[in-house]
Amino acid sequence: MSRVPQPVSQDIGVLRAGWTYASITDKVADAILGGGWTARWWVAFAVTFAGTAVFFFAIGYLFVVGIGIWGVNIPVAWGYAIGNFVWWIGIGHAGTFISAFLLLLRQKWRTSINRFAEAMTLFAAGIAGLFPILHLGRPWFFYWLMPYPNRMELWPQWRSPLVWDIFAISTYLIVSLVFWYVGLIPDLATLRDRAASRGKQVVYGLLALGWRGEARHWARYESAYLLLAGLATPLVISVHSVVALDFAVAVTPGYHSTIFPPYFVAGALFSGFAMVLTLAIPLRHYFRLHDFITEVHLDHAAKLMLVTSLIITYSYAVEAFMAYYSGSEYEIYTLEDRWTGLYAPVFWTMFVFNSIVPLAFWWRTVRRNVAALLTISILVNVGMWSERFLIVVQSMHRDFMPSAWNDFYPTAWDWTHLFGSIAFFAFLFLLFVRLLPAISIAEMRELVRESNEAKEGT
Amino acid sequence: MAHDSGRRLSDPRRDVLGSHGVVEDPQRRRFLQLMAASAALAGGACSGPPPESIVPYVDTPPELGRSDPLFYATAYQRGGYGYGVLVESQFGRATKVEGNPDHPASLGATDVFAQASVLELWDPERSSVVYGDGAIATWSAYDAAWLEVAGRLGRGRGTGLRILTGNVTSPTLVAQMKRLLARYPEARWHSYSPVDPGHAAAGARLAFGKPLDTMLRLDRTRVIVSFDCDFLSEGPAAIRYARDFAGLRRNGAGRVRLYALESTPGLTGANADERIALTPMEIERVAWRIAALIGAAGEIFPAHAPTTRWEQAVAGALKDNAGACVVIAGPRLAPETHALVHAMNARLGNTTHTVDSIAPVAMQAEPMRILAEDMHAGRVSALVLLDVNPVYDAPGALEFLTALKRVPFSVHCGLYRDETGSACTWHLPAPHAYEQWSDTRAYDGTVSIVQPVMRPRFETRSPHGVLARINDEVATDTREIVLRTYRTADRQFATRWQEHLRRGVVADSASAPLATRARTDVAPPKLVESPLVAVFAPSSRTDDGRYANNAWLQELPQPLTQLVWDNAILLGPETARSLAVRNGEVVRATMEGRAVEAPVYVISEHAEKVATLPLGYGRRASGHVGNAVGFDAYALMGLSVSAALTLVRTGRRQQLVSAQINLKLHGREQVRSATTSEFARTPGFARDEKVERTPEETLYPPHPYPTYAWAMAIDLNACIGCGACTIACQAENNIPVVGRDEVRRGREMHWIRVDRYEATRTLPQGAFMPVPCMHCENAPCEAVCPVGATVHDSEGLNVQVYNRCVGTRFCSQNCPYKVRRFNFLKYADSVAPGHEGARNPEVTVRRRGVMEKCTYCVQRISRARINAEKEGRRIRDGEVVTACQAVCPTRAIHFGDLNEPQSEVRTAKASPLDYALLAELNTRPRTTYLARVRNPDPELE
Repeated sequence: MSRVPQPVSQDIGVLRAGWTYASITDKVADAILGGGWTARWWVAFAVTFAGTAVFFFAIGYLFVVGIGIWGVNIPVAWGYAIGNFVWWIGIGHAGTFISAFLLLLRQKWRTSINRFAEAMTLFAAGIAGLFPILHLGRPWFFYWLMPYPNRMELWPQWRSPLVWDIFAISTYLIVSLVFWYVGLIPDLATLRDRAASRGKQVVYGLLALGWRGEARHWARYESAYLLLAGLATPLVISVHSVVALDFAVAVTPGYHSTIFPPYFVAGALFSGFAMVLTLAIPLRHYFRLHDFITEVHLDHAAKLMLVTSLIITYSYAVEAFMAYYSGSEYEIYTLEDRWTGLYAPVFWTMFVFNSIVPLAFWWRTVRRNVAALLTISILVNVGMWSERFLIVVQSMHRDFMPSAWNDFYPTAWDWTHLFGSIAFFAFLFLLFVRLLPAISIAEMRELVRESNEAKEGT
Repeated sequence: MAHDSGRRLSDPRRDVLGSHGVVEDPQRRRFLQLMAASAALAGGACSGPPPESIVPYVDTPPELGRSDPLFYATAYQRGGYGYGVLVESQFGRATKVEGNPDHPASLGATDVFAQASVLELWDPERSSVVYGDGAIATWSAYDAAWLEVAGRLGRGRGTGLRILTGNVTSPTLVAQMKRLLARYPEARWHSYSPVDPGHAAAGARLAFGKPLDTMLRLDRTRVIVSFDCDFLSEGPAAIRYARDFAGLRRNGAGRVRLYALESTPGLTGANADERIALTPMEIERVAWRIAALIGAAGEIFPAHAPTTRWEQAVAGALKDNAGACVVIAGPRLAPETHALVHAMNARLGNTTHTVDSIAPVAMQAEPMRILAEDMHAGRVSALVLLDVNPVYDAPGALEFLTALKRVPFSVHCGLYRDETGSACTWHLPAPHAYEQWSDTRAYDGTVSIVQPVMRPRFETRSPHGVLARINDEVATDTREIVLRTYRTADRQFATRWQEHLRRGVVADSASAPLATRARTDVAPPKLVESPLVAVFAPSSRTDDGRYANNAWLQELPQPLTQLVWDNAILLGPETARSLAVRNGEVVRATMEGRAVEAPVYVISEHAEKVATLPLGYGRRASGHVGNAVGFDAYALMGLSVSAALTLVRTGRRQQLVSAQINLKLHGREQVRSATTSEFARTPGFARDEKVERTPEETLYPPHPYPTYAWAMAIDLNACIGCGACTIACQAENNIPVVGRDEVRRGREMHWIRVDRYEATRTLPQGAFMPVPCMHCENAPCEAVCPVGATVHDSEGLNVQVYNRCVGTRFCSQNCPYKVRRFNFLKYADSVAPGHEGARNPEVTVRRRGVMEKCTYCVQRISRARINAEKEGRRIRDGEVVTACQAVCPTRAIHFGDLNEPQSEVRTAKASPLDYALLAELNTRPRTTYLARVRNPDPELE
């Protein structure tokens, strides 16, 4: 190593100048192995841990008493649980999109953000997968939705989108996990090599699967990673399309709409990138990663949010147009109720946060303003949650039979499960940044080399 | 009919008891009584087992070995008047009530009260022990106490002894009372009805010179004019009248036109063809003006008083249909107006055609007002209260509780240790109607024997038993007491008695119509005007308050408001505006110095300048279900029917819970209607609506239903909105009660609901619509269930597999009719222990977290199938009767097999009025509706 002079990175926008292989490794690995367990981190950890404890207590209470602790009723038999599910699964989109989609498209800017975005995907999709089970009247029988051989030869009912959901989500979760883990292997080996304590050496060593950095390892690693990326890419589209079918298949106005699959995918990427920004900005700030996660990254994410925002605004318009074009009094009533009824404040919140506020991203100064980005990304998260709420709840509360109309009001437990899940997510993320490299060391090293080559080439 | 699938039995105990019927000699009995009394006094011991009068079979009769339930014919009473019921007994437990088709006041149907009576029977809070001076005591202690008191009453002549009952029609009780009055010559008997001020009787006395009951023959009418009389839901003949009335409108026949005048919106007004809402005084005035127009008001009322177009139209319709019309007066109208209505019917030639007068069915005793005065004056030394609750339901002006405190010895015999039972020195538990021997008479005088269906749950004593001991009668066994009323010396008596019991009616016991001559010179009543008039009306759910502890009834939505678990002061929109009050705002209501606080509820159909105070709520000692539900309007009640009322805002609010938060139709075509003339012009109007049935094209071959194809048709012309179907379904299918808070959250469990829609342009009186599961052939719920817990069976039923259901609730989300119900919490276990007895063993009790809905009473279909297969034949038409269909007083629900060419349901669906709800969704519902045809007065169009 000492014989070859180490390359020093050039400023290529997505990586600032002056970084070598060693300094990158030091920078990223020290965040994990080099202490830094600050009081601030501990406070955040304690708060999210408490929230997580509340979340699991609330789940226990839910199992003991029943879903009647929520505000759901007839006609609004789906409430926050389904809204939260769709919201979380949407958030879980950006990670795989960034790491797989952008890898195939050879987008360099994915490198420094793909690792934590993938972690975010896993946590979000995992939490999302929890909600449909919590939502069941008899959650202990959730496995009946899966096909398994049994004496009574009972199988799931294949026409139900909920069965498709099980496959879509579990496939997505498994592929995302494998993809994430495979990407982690070289970095785990780095951590193993740098770990001071025996315990850490063993744990990271086991996880590194005997990685020695051989050329053969690298060759297989590269092809496996590319294959997995190819596998994960269609899943990004399929999982939320299937989730959208949960609604689109139903007859109820507000659910029954063929635009839902693309609309949901766009919305998912929208909320996913919003969450990426919500996480990247504090991460970058507290770990001083300004050279790795640059304004260019933020700018790109903001541009993607702008595009997806425009797509969902278009979807809103198409929904409205189709309602009137259909001439169905039920569709029209549901639509107008969305604008003017009980949940109109939620609609207008959604509209402003999802369709108006992101228009600020047309301006470069906004896209490069960290405070504005963080604010807008949080507003978009709220807006997207509102959209899920509206689709799930508002559509049902004024459907075909005027006699059956009823309103949904969330209970304290509804809020507990929502905020509990957010706390749990934050808790997992805090653990992640302490235990695993939040930025891919191996890929960043590669980027250093590439930055040099790019500069030399020009 | 349902009772055909089981068997009605004659008294099965007779065979068993035959050889054991012990006749005790009085001396021995007296001796034993005293022995028991002294033993109790000495030891204060616990009571022994109940006196055994029902014993198990030694040899089981063959019919008991079958799985089919047994049906016993007996009678249930409302306001003292009986109507025949068949009580279903499953393994010795009474679980369900059906109407007795042979009984004139039932014709196979019942009202909501009889349906809910099963829950009353099994209510764990029923009184089970004797109380003396507020502490648990024994029967022997009571008997000893009574003997001591009886001896002191005017040296045995009964001075200061008073008996208070409700309306009494029971011939046995009347005979016992006569014996009592003979035994204690100075005792006096009082009776009252909490909800009937007795004006009808007074009116008859004015018109005919003697009290007579009026009996309507609505099936012979073409025009009905109701002056503030809700004959479809109040009174002893409501079920029968509803049947007769609906029979004229079935399937759009439109053979009758109902003009209704009412202050408080009720079922009669909601089903009227022409209706106006007026103050009670104004209704009386209109009655007199219409009487003048048809020449029945004599010379007294100014015949030239200006009349409205409405009044002229009504008078014209009456005159055009003389002899085939009827004028009905409501119980709260002045006696003079009742007399006037008799004169009107006489003048129109309706007497003996559409109106009959019969000798009063209920015994006339002295009014309670005199009793209260005597009690206040200290002239009552012993008071026996039989099955009444005056501490709660006597008008507040009588201050009954204060009066009762002045009576040194008071005995209350009742089903509950209620307000009165707790205030009396003695409380005796009474058996339920299905646990005792008694008899009763219907509105037309028909006698029914009340026989026990099951062994009394507690050691109880019926009013007959209490009176027998007061009278020192030889027989204290109530069966013997009742038999004594009917026993004749001839040899056929035993056969005849068996026949009485088997049929549930005593043959040819109806009263004969009397020839009458109504006076026409009765002076009009003096009407006192006031800016706001109070109307006290019985509750359609708790009646006079006696059903307050019945959770089924509390949770059954009140027909027009859809309110549950509450009552409220009902106001018209204008009145509410002038008082500046909104729904749920608590007001202080004051009348003659008495005051209550209650929330108000605004009904668009309500008359202005009137406030309706529904009775029967605000109980203080009904049990944990009914206590503190609503407000007690009796407390406000004066001695006159209507008095000036003032309402003052308190600034507080109280949430009123409605099972249907939206009563507007929003221009949708859920309920389709036309007038008779429109129907004649375009008979297919129901399907010519702008939403056409979508073309039923599919890539798949049609699904065959080779065996049976079950279907239902609901005639919106016949449905009057009473809600009996909902509660019959609840009783049949073990549907849990969820309570006020859960209904507020929108989680009621009723499998068939009766939707109410407010007036629209085409439905001036609004509409009722029963909505069970549609059993769609293309059921949206089935496609979306991930575990196949809701599937279609080979006979077209959309069935729910409870043990497969995981509770995703996707089926409900995808049900356009929203008829699916979910066990959000552990509802089935929410009732107190003891209620389980009322459960139907043929229907699964659903656990938490599963979906449920109407099954078309699949257990009844199964039972019929088993019976048919045993006999190697198909199920016959009419053999399967769903619970809602069986109970319906108006026969609005038709059910049967579409594969049967002549089946009732197929005939009904062949009507041009037949339409499917939301047909445009191509769900192909098996449940369809017959569109409503109104018969408005062309002159008022």
